[in-house]
Amino acid sequence: MPFVMPDLRPVLPEIVMTVLALAILLADLVIKRKETIAFLSIVGVALVTYVLPGSMGTTFNGMFLSDGYSMFFKLIFMLNVILTVLISVKYIVIEKVNFGEYYALILFSTLGMMLMASAGDLIVLYLGLELMALSTYILAGFIRYDIKSNEAAMKYFLLGAFASAFLLYGTSMIYGLTGTTDLKAISAYIVANGLSGNPVLMLSMILFAVAFSFKIAAVPFHMWAPDAYEGAPTSITAFMSVGPKAAGFAVLGRVFLIAFGSVKLEWSAVLVPIAILTMGVGNIVALSQTNIKRMLAYSSIAHAGYILLGIIAGTSDGMASVLTYMLIYAFMNIGAFAVVIMLRSEGFKGDNITDYEGLSKTHPLAAALMLVFMFSLTGIPPTAGFMGKFYVFMSAINAGYTWVVIIAVMFSAISAYFYLRVVMYMYMKEPKETVQLSTSPAIGLALAITVIAVLFIGISPSTVVNLARAAVSGF
Amino acid sequence: MVPLNWYLMLSATVFMIGVFGFLTRKNIIIMFMSVELMLNGVNISLVAFSHYLQDLRGQILVFFIITVAAAEAAIGLAIIIALFRNKSTAHVDEMNEMKG
Amino acid sequence: MNNYLLIPFLPLAAFLINILLGRNFLKEKAHWVSILAVAGSWVVAVMTLVDTMAGKTINQDLYSWIVSGNFKVSVGFLIDQLTVVMLIVVTTCSTLIHIYSVGYMHGDKGYYRFFAYLSLFTFCMLMLVMANNFLQLYFGWEGVGLCSYFLIGYYFDKKSASDAGKKAFIVNRFGDFGFGIGIFMIFLTFGTIYYEPVFAQAGGFANNTVNFLGYDVHLMTLIALLLFCGSVGKSAQMPLHVWLPDAMEGPTPVSALIHAATMVTAGVFLVARCSPIFSLSETALMVVALTGAITSLFAATIGLVQNDIKRIIAYSTISQLGYMFLACGVGAYSAGVFHLYTHAFFKALLFLCAGSVMHAMAGELNLQKMGGLKKYMPVTYLTMLLASLSIAGVPGFAGFFSKDEILWLAYSGPSPVGKLVWAIGTVVAFLTAFYSFRLIFLTFHGKFRGTHEQEHHLHESPKVMTIPLILLCVGAIASGWVGIPHLLGGGAHFTEFMKPVLGHPEGHGTHSEEWMVMAVSVIAGFSGIGLAALFYLVRTDIPVKLAAGLSGVHKLLFNKYYVDEFYSFLIVRPAIWTAKNILIGITDAKIIEAIVNGVPKAIGGFSQVIRKVQTGFLQHYATIMATGILIIIALMLLR
Repeated sequence: MPFVMPDLRPVLPEIVMTVLALAILLADLVIKRKETIAFLSIVGVALVTYVLPGSMGTTFNGMFLSDGYSMFFKLIFMLNVILTVLISVKYIVIEKVNFGEYYALILFSTLGMMLMASAGDLIVLYLGLELMALSTYILAGFIRYDIKSNEAAMKYFLLGAFASAFLLYGTSMIYGLTGTTDLKAISAYIVANGLSGNPVLMLSMILFAVAFSFKIAAVPFHMWAPDAYEGAPTSITAFMSVGPKAAGFAVLGRVFLIAFGSVKLEWSAVLVPIAILTMGVGNIVALSQTNIKRMLAYSSIAHAGYILLGIIAGTSDGMASVLTYMLIYAFMNIGAFAVVIMLRSEGFKGDNITDYEGLSKTHPLAAALMLVFMFSLTGIPPTAGFMGKFYVFMSAINAGYTWVVIIAVMFSAISAYFYLRVVMYMYMKEPKETVQLSTSPAIGLALAITVIAVLFIGISPSTVVNLARAAVSGF
Repeated sequence: MVPLNWYLMLSATVFMIGVFGFLTRKNIIIMFMSVELMLNGVNISLVAFSHYLQDLRGQILVFFIITVAAAEAAIGLAIIIALFRNKSTAHVDEMNEMKG
Repeated sequence: MNNYLLIPFLPLAAFLINILLGRNFLKEKAHWVSILAVAGSWVVAVMTLVDTMAGKTINQDLYSWIVSGNFKVSVGFLIDQLTVVMLIVVTTCSTLIHIYSVGYMHGDKGYYRFFAYLSLFTFCMLMLVMANNFLQLYFGWEGVGLCSYFLIGYYFDKKSASDAGKKAFIVNRFGDFGFGIGIFMIFLTFGTIYYEPVFAQAGGFANNTVNFLGYDVHLMTLIALLLFCGSVGKSAQMPLHVWLPDAMEGPTPVSALIHAATMVTAGVFLVARCSPIFSLSETALMVVALTGAITSLFAATIGLVQNDIKRIIAYSTISQLGYMFLACGVGAYSAGVFHLYTHAFFKALLFLCAGSVMHAMAGELNLQKMGGLKKYMPVTYLTMLLASLSIAGVPGFAGFFSKDEILWLAYSGPSPVGKLVWAIGTVVAFLTAFYSFRLIFLTFHGKFRGTHEQEHHLHESPKVMTIPLILLCVGAIASGWVGIPHLLGGGAHFTEFMKPVLGHPEGHGTHSEEWMVMAVSVIAGFSGIGLAALFYLVRTDIPVKLAAGLSGVHKLLFNKYYVDEFYSFLIVRPAIWTAKNILIGITDAKIIEAIVNGVPKAIGGFSQVIRKVQTGFLQHYATIMATGILIIIALMLLR
């Protein structure tokens, strides 16, 4: 049998990413100024983004799919990397962990996410997921001397490993049942043999749902999230709250709508309660938080609940709304974390909500930016957050889940309470002490990108929405 | 010939032992070993399926799982060492700086 | 050609610049930004007018904000003959009033804020008239309402001003509630909120009925009346007129721009814009006509005896707005809009003159304390006199042509109430002439009746105020000349111009009848002026005697038919009583309190409970995960 070179064009972005990550790892040995490494990473990621559009196609016997869907998610990942690197540059100096591996790990983690988004086979999916997760575990515990960071990494790591064991068990079940790990072949086998209602299929579907719920931090598999988010370096919290979550949604959509597409009735019965619980617990527990990172952790849990509605809707509009929401969420959440990071300075944690008291008096611009992000997270027009919610809710209503949307809107109203509390602290209280902002051009750039995007998408969402619709059209 | 079900029962048993070990043991290293046990439980079933389906994918996945588990072990131990340096303990109940 | 976009967005830019930079940088120069912006809008509006006269209309979406299924929200502009007339009215008045305000508001501590709001108002008003869909119309509608609220309560440290602002806002809620439901009904009926398809399909629904509160109601009547609710509120028609006189608490340029020339006419604009809907319902039209006629009579009679110079003009505004509705109600939409257009000039002028007088009198508003101002302020006198001649319907002036057209079409039109409203309109014409000249004579003629200090202070206003007066005066005289009827040898160009949008009103009558109608209204106007001259120039004792002799009537009119008291008795006081005793005492303390405080408290408490689940112990987390899996599996098995 002659050796046939597989078509490598569809995996070109991943190859470039791998080379880039390894190069950064090597460059760390010779380059002393870590800012240069950050800059090189951004340039490299820009290169990956550049080769992204030309990578349409399927390769490795359908194990690797590069379609509009995966491409949109990869766009979110690229954005996530660039913004995270921008907000990290100064922050990791303040945290005294200014090492080059930091950037390499971020890139490896992103590589894992890219593989997940493109996975057409459960094996690829598993490998991508582990590559992403393992890198993120290390990043979460990157501040080695800090006990909270250690603890965050430990909890995230052990629970993550625990959850992936369930994923593997599910994979093994479905493999035993259908004799394949290819998503499309699984779907074809289920349809051909009329397996809907088969207990083994149901068990494996549940185990997948559990493992992916863990990644997107859906209740009751969210328990790691608040602790890991609070303890991890803030820049990594921002990274984790967008990247792995988006990747989780990417595989959730792929596996449930393709492999399990014919048993939608069954899996939506699992996901609907999970979504409601997620929105409920996320929003309600966020109310009583005093640490802003922890509050944003619960907020990120709640947002996962909203996005799940798009998956539950199961239509192409629903998937498009998931993509839209994820992109918007990337902008507004990283923007909010960028403001949180600015408050961290030498000898000042700045992660208590009370630290924001009177910020509008001492730093009006930072306060105004935070205001925009908080409004957007609440979903107040004309910010992008409103658009995200609108499209997700609309698609769920059109798919016949009006009652779930009503619950979602109620929880969304509750969420205003804790987001706007930050605004209230900033604008209606007197500053107790003058907070020093640690600004840098990089973080300024990140804030400019995010705030412009949040307002632009809020005012003119059609570009993004049309892009997302086009992305799922070939799904 | 050993029937498939026996393998599957062994696999499920090993997996469940892992789950219970994870939930009950307090030493982080032992908890981590329980996770490895869960993975090995999965490996048993995968190899068994692979054999009975006469298909290599299952075994390939097992190789990947073993490799990933090795990487996971390295990272897990590194995290535990970092933690041990700061806390001087590997007892999981000592780790609750963050809650609520 | 997209430069029409500049029309609304220049004032918006001015607003943003002023609100952001006004306090610290522009300060006393804030007016430049606003004036240049609205003047720019005016120039573009005139260019648009030229285009439209050449037959070019625009209907396009600028961009779509939300598109989801058949639900679409977008910013779009419709520029047709009706819009362009409104554009000219709004930008012209706005520009002149902006200029006037430089003198009037000079030295005010919120100078930049005033101009910022004025520009914001202009933006909202322009968005309102340029909308091509109901949602954008609604946005502009609420926007102008909000600006009106800000500007009425501009002197917010004065209690009466902030109360008046609140009153305007609350009274308008009643109307807007109906308006909102009306738009919703339109969306339900037509599946779209765009004018074009709605009006195109309206005919197809002419005979549909809908079940409303258990009754079968004619669908178009229902929609038209719901929309008209909004008009009644915004245009201060009975029974929601009570806010407008109080709105005079705001600075006078605001009264001129918002509460005379532009915003209050939005209601008339709405009826004219929705004429394809209104025309399908005879009942709705009749309601419109009667509401207009009764309001105009009612407000005019109140105007007869008031002493507050701005309030008289405010009642006059209500009365004239009634006239416009009267016209729309008899199907003569173009006549209504024609009157809107001429009215904007002379009424804005009247207000600005009143402002000029107030400026000279150091804020004095009472007519009885004025007199003889003619010699101190000749420009103000002359312009106000001309404006009054115009409103009185003296032939040749703008008001004459529009008023005459309304009366003639009411008389000759097919409306079943046409003759009745014509009669009322003629009486109102007489009353209008009377109170307008009562104001002129009491203010400018006779002897000065105020204090010496005030007399010493009397002076003509600065040029920056008088020049807008003169320019508006030109409008007050000449703006009607575009609509000279065929009878007088004119071309009735205005009606012809509006024909593509508002149709051609049908009048069936002979030339002699038309002469008769015109003659009656002219006689009514002149006799009003004459009677005012008799009462207030020659026999100044008559009004006093009359007031004494007919003290009951006088008191009734002076107290504005006790409508405010009636509302106070019927709505406000019961509302406050209920609020105090039932709401605060029982509902509030027990129920609302329990809900408003209890729900967050309960959720907060719940939150405290749930967060306890997050113990920080890793194995608890793992146990919860495992339990979760077991529960899901159990649920699936039980299905």
